[in-house]
Amino acid sequence: MSALLGYTVLGLVMGAGYAVAASGLVLTYTTSRVFNVAHGAIGMVMAFCYWELSAGGLVPGGLPAWAAVLLVVGVIAPAFGLAVERIMMRRLTESPAGVSLVVTVGLLVALIGLAQTLWPPTARPVEPFFGAGGVRLGGVLVTYHDLLTIGVSLAVAAGLYLLLGRTRTGIAMRAVAVDRDLLALHGGRPRLLSSLSWAVGAALAALAGILLTPIVQLDYYELTLLVVAAYAAAVLGRLRSLPLTFAGAVVLGLLQSYAAGLRAAIPTLFLFAVLVFLPQVRLRSGGIRGIAAVPVPGPRRVAAAGLALVAAVGLASLLLPTVQVSRLALGLVYATVMLSLVLLTGYGGHVSLAQFTFVGVGAVTVAKLGGSPGWPSPLALLAGAAVAAAVGALVALPVLRLTGLYLALATLAFGQLMDKVVFQTAFGLGESLPVPRPREFAGEGAYAVFVAAVFVVMAAGLLALRRGRIGRMLVAMRDSPAACATLGLNQRGLRIGLFAASAGMAGLAGGLFGGLRGTIGAADFQVFKSLPLLLLAVVGGVTSVTGALLGGLVLMLLPILQSEVPALGGLVFLLVGIGAVSLGRDPGGAASHLFRAGRWARSLVVRPPAGPVEDSTDAPDSRVETEGMSLRATP
Amino acid sequence: MTPARTTPILELMDLHAAYGGIEVLRGVDLVVPRGSVVALLGPNGAGKTTLLRAVSGHLRPTSGHVHLAGTHVNGASAEKLARAGLCTIPEGRATFPGLTVLENLRLVTYASVAGRDEVLERAFARFPRLAERRGQLAGTLSGGEQRMLAMARALGADPALLLLDEPSMGLAPLVVDELYEVIAQLSASGVAVLVVEQFAGRALGVAEYAAVMRGGRVVAMGEPADVQDELPGLYLGRGLERGTG
Repeated sequence: MSALLGYTVLGLVMGAGYAVAASGLVLTYTTSRVFNVAHGAIGMVMAFCYWELSAGGLVPGGLPAWAAVLLVVGVIAPAFGLAVERIMMRRLTESPAGVSLVVTVGLLVALIGLAQTLWPPTARPVEPFFGAGGVRLGGVLVTYHDLLTIGVSLAVAAGLYLLLGRTRTGIAMRAVAVDRDLLALHGGRPRLLSSLSWAVGAALAALAGILLTPIVQLDYYELTLLVVAAYAAAVLGRLRSLPLTFAGAVVLGLLQSYAAGLRAAIPTLFLFAVLVFLPQVRLRSGGIRGIAAVPVPGPRRVAAAGLALVAAVGLASLLLPTVQVSRLALGLVYATVMLSLVLLTGYGGHVSLAQFTFVGVGAVTVAKLGGSPGWPSPLALLAGAAVAAAVGALVALPVLRLTGLYLALATLAFGQLMDKVVFQTAFGLGESLPVPRPREFAGEGAYAVFVAAVFVVMAAGLLALRRGRIGRMLVAMRDSPAACATLGLNQRGLRIGLFAASAGMAGLAGGLFGGLRGTIGAADFQVFKSLPLLLLAVVGGVTSVTGALLGGLVLMLLPILQSEVPALGGLVFLLVGIGAVSLGRDPGGAASHLFRAGRWARSLVVRPPAGPVEDSTDAPDSRVETEGMSLRATP
Repeated sequence: MTPARTTPILELMDLHAAYGGIEVLRGVDLVVPRGSVVALLGPNGAGKTTLLRAVSGHLRPTSGHVHLAGTHVNGASAEKLARAGLCTIPEGRATFPGLTVLENLRLVTYASVAGRDEVLERAFARFPRLAERRGQLAGTLSGGEQRMLAMARALGADPALLLLDEPSMGLAPLVVDELYEVIAQLSASGVAVLVVEQFAGRALGVAEYAAVMRGGRVVAMGEPADVQDELPGLYLGRGLERGTG
């Protein structure tokens, strides 16, 4: 009896923490229509800030806990939220929602990198508030920290309810997401309101991070992933209803506490279940849409470019030292994974946050088959692709109804589930599996050429697909599912096929990845690896093969730059951030700039400059002084 | 600054505005005298809505001048203009569908000198139907009721100038009558109104002046009776030199 009570208390406390995080997520989403994937990462960084102020070396002797909390939640976090809104999010209100999703993924990646740079991994114990003291409740010790957490979440709930339901500012915050222009016509200040919501959202993320830290300890990933739980709760409230969000958070906390054995998997299972079983409202957000078409090259140019690439890699493998050659091969493997995103995201319009999971499936398959006789390596590669494709189709089945943001979240949940459950089992605890290479391409140079050839073949196939009937159907389905339905297109089959094909491509790349590494472990396919992948695919240009190649090479270069030139570490994150922000302006990615440059060089005709079109709501402060001006005859 | 009573409430001089490289307004000259109702007519694509966007602060003119009550306001933000007493009701429903009627009206107080209760009182006195539905989400109201809710903003906000885009579009004739009664009432209380309509009849009934736009310019302006006679020709393109440039 008392054990049950104990679990209940723990569950309630967890739920209260989740509720605080989830409410911040809902608040920013309702106000800005940007689903902040980095919400947990903000909480994580702020929890580290709190540690730095209270126990770290920054302040001699450390600030008292209450002062540190006040400083982080009241000053640092809101200022950070303001900065994020100002620098990254403001220009995103008009851009396709998929782009804003990717930009927040960029923020998440940058924040984790920032935290790892500022606070290198070491044990950082965080004491609960008020130490270990507490009250006895039916034989169970409820610490003051637990009571504080529950109290704070209730206060947040009441505060948000009053703010959004009762005050004019709160009502305007709900209005601004629906129609910024109309609110401006009412005399409300859209920019001020978005800033406010990001400031409050960041403060709530910080609060949740600090409250939950004594339970989960300071960890880059654990704290960031706490937000999967917050997502789950927020999605139960359909990203709108605060009471349902709170209920979801508490149920989730309790479930997690009762089913202690499955603790790590509960939030993702819950998220997946909520996404699949709840009746869906149509969300405006999520798909990558409205992307200007990039040119699809004809077969002759594809063949020429492909041969040139393979030849260049061959030449490089002869000239460069071995280390560089395998790096080049790694870049090409990443580029191959990104090809699968070109199909899924660029052509199909679906955002996947777990593409690296399929890479893992392919790699594990090749590793398991590779040891057994009768499976020559090239055949094992294809088997890996087939298994990944089958898994992709299986994932596609339950999530067929989902679109956009919800679909992206479902892929995240799936990736997390595979990471926590399947891969852990497949690899055993902390073990790694050897992955063989095809015998003919055992050398580093030969393997790099092999990878390049596979990339070229897959890219050529992809482009042929895009030029053909299926490509037209995919793009049509991306741009207007309704129109496709009226044309009698079988969207269900097409979507399953799309997911399967994309997963298969990633699985094939997984076999290549495993062969390149030689051995693979569970840590290679964590769901977090998928996020930089998606980010750089989109920065490179997710609608084109060129973009995939660019993105793959940059993804390979980033960690190298960071480790070899530590001084550049900060710069790298900055670059990622800038890349993400520039997406708001040009969703075609870096590749579209290349194409434009190429066209310009070819035609040698300067494009006419685009005429100035400015929306003065978002334009810099007007030069005209209207302060105190009144049109009214009687003021 | 107290502009003379004779200063027009709105004066546009050689106003140009563009979406990207496409110029939509090509030198508009237009005057709305204080307290008067001006109907702005013209066929599809003449630039009427763009004109309202340029005046309301949502589209920065590329050249030319917008004077509101004698003040040069090119590039002023929409919210500042709204707070200064310019009320713009765009076409369509022009309400926040996810907010209740009461919450929609609460937002009116941003631009109003009247308080919350005063705004509600005026809105409900004119449109008792809104009072019945005060707790309902605006998105669940009928089209006519949503339009009333939008018009209630003009009643509550005490504007000096009201810009209305196609108030009659898609509404039942009875509702249109009701809306035009409100326009007449506002006009009688001294509010200047610039009302855009594609179909001229209803607007010409309340207007003191009418202007006709075509191809991004005002091509005719005068008393409603004079303009009405010329309308078919202006709409269909006869009887008028098409300007160049």
